Amino acid sequence: MANVISNEYLGQDMHLLKIEGSFKGEMGQFYMVRAWENYPVLSRPISIHNIEEESITFLYRVVGEGTEILSNLKTSDDVKLEGPYGNGFPKVTGKVALVGGGMGVAPLYLAAKKLKQMESVEKLDVYMGFRDEAILTEEYEEYADELFININGKVTDDLDVDKYDYIFTCGPEVMMESVVNMAKGSNTKVYVSIEKRMACGVGACLVCTCKTQSGNKKTCKDGPVFLGEDVYYA
Amino acid sequence: MPNLKVKIASAEFKNPIVMASGTFGFGREYGEIYDIEKLGGISTKGLTIKKRDGNNGIRIWETPSGIMNSVGLENPGIEGFIKNELENLKKLDVTTIVNVGGATLQEYVDAVNLISKEDVDMIELNISCPNVKAGGMAFGIKEESARNIVRVIRNITSLPLVVKLSPNAEDIVRIAQVCEEEGADGVSLVNTFKAMAIDINNRKNVFENTYAGLSGPAIKPIALRMVHEVSKNVSIPVMGMGGITTWKDAIEFIMAGATCIQIGTANFMNPSAGIEILEGIKSYMDKEGIKDLSEIRGII
Repeated sequence: MANVISNEYLGQDMHLLKIEGSFKGEMGQFYMVRAWENYPVLSRPISIHNIEEESITFLYRVVGEGTEILSNLKTSDDVKLEGPYGNGFPKVTGKVALVGGGMGVAPLYLAAKKLKQMESVEKLDVYMGFRDEAILTEEYEEYADELFININGKVTDDLDVDKYDYIFTCGPEVMMESVVNMAKGSNTKVYVSIEKRMACGVGACLVCTCKTQSGNKKTCKDGPVFLGEDVYYA
Repeated sequence: MPNLKVKIASAEFKNPIVMASGTFGFGREYGEIYDIEKLGGISTKGLTIKKRDGNNGIRIWETPSGIMNSVGLENPGIEGFIKNELENLKKLDVTTIVNVGGATLQEYVDAVNLISKEDVDMIELNISCPNVKAGGMAFGIKEESARNIVRVIRNITSLPLVVKLSPNAEDIVRIAQVCEEEGADGVSLVNTFKAMAIDINNRKNVFENTYAGLSGPAIKPIALRMVHEVSKNVSIPVMGMGGITTWKDAIEFIMAGATCIQIGTANFMNPSAGIEILEGIKSYMDKEGIKDLSEIRGII
């Protein structure tokens, strides 16, 4: 059990939940989050937004019963976290772009922070697309060499894939697929963070299958980050 | 120290806590999180003679107090299991149960023939998966078809044989009796209830397969009743399951007659559910002065 430090409403059903404690986690990994007893039955897989020495932060949108409960958490309420789980983004070198759509920007904050600390990363640009209004732009700006914000359009319109060695993307599958297609035939490697309904979170139950060129993969265990060109998009 | 050991035919369990098929993989995943060797047994993901990729579309859906799944028996096939998983599973100090499914009698026979050559502790014959033809639920609905398959399989394996029953059976007590008559060493029940969900916004079925299997606390009272009815009407051991989430649930199933209990959905609610249930049972026995679970088994 851990305690809530804050649970800030950011608008458009999005919240930033900060929890007290010293937690592990790499960019792109997730925790199974639970703030209730037996119902709803399943915990909620949520990617790590940020980790500091004495806290972990999750950026989430209210989409159902579980996230509704999370949104009502108050300071010092109890939360149960299992993790960190999954394979996150790889450590890379050269010029890197992070491309997030909507709630998909969540794991890219920790990615930006970690990549910025790596001397091997020469350039780090962040692209964020939102339907109505941008959130947390100042926070992302702190780590981005250049920050591109797109409202109610296509975040990929601003993106020139050839400028980068690596692109990490998270958001709607149609957006990630379009990034992957843009990079086809170039030398740019694209890594996508896939979201699926999960139950166990550890690779035992096979409900979060992601179809790839090398067969069925477990999104929770083999992913959630996959090489973009390997994934068959829904 | 209370005695928690139980035995089904020659298969010995150091305690009655068994992880249910399909919720515990082949023992690797949860083994990274806690000491799974404290558990009594592990039933593998359902295996078929051929590798299966499972069902398309949504595979999991929550309901009030339950979940529906439509995994569709995704598995590496018996040979893939023997090649890549069995060695690791055997190293664990737990009783290993291999869960076997099939679409035809011949598929069951081929799978059981292969696995019977291996050093495993028990076969759980799955005639109850509602999600695919290969799950064999067709064999578990009617008495005659259940009798036929158990007779054939009993003749080709000397491994302890437990038959996993469907709550969707026409008469689950009769099916259990037939299993006993044909030489099964035990029965395990219940598998999931055939269920469905509809997405009213898209006016479509949630699951590509339309129907899925309901599990979790929602089914516990019905599962308990079925375990009770079956236990009263067979003399072979019963492995009871269906929504067991707490040690109190487990004690209820034992009082209803179960020799072992299997934990499924609860693993998803709390990865250490099995250990916590085991500890709860021990404290209860200590508090009540129970030396052996046989003192309370089937007392209702």
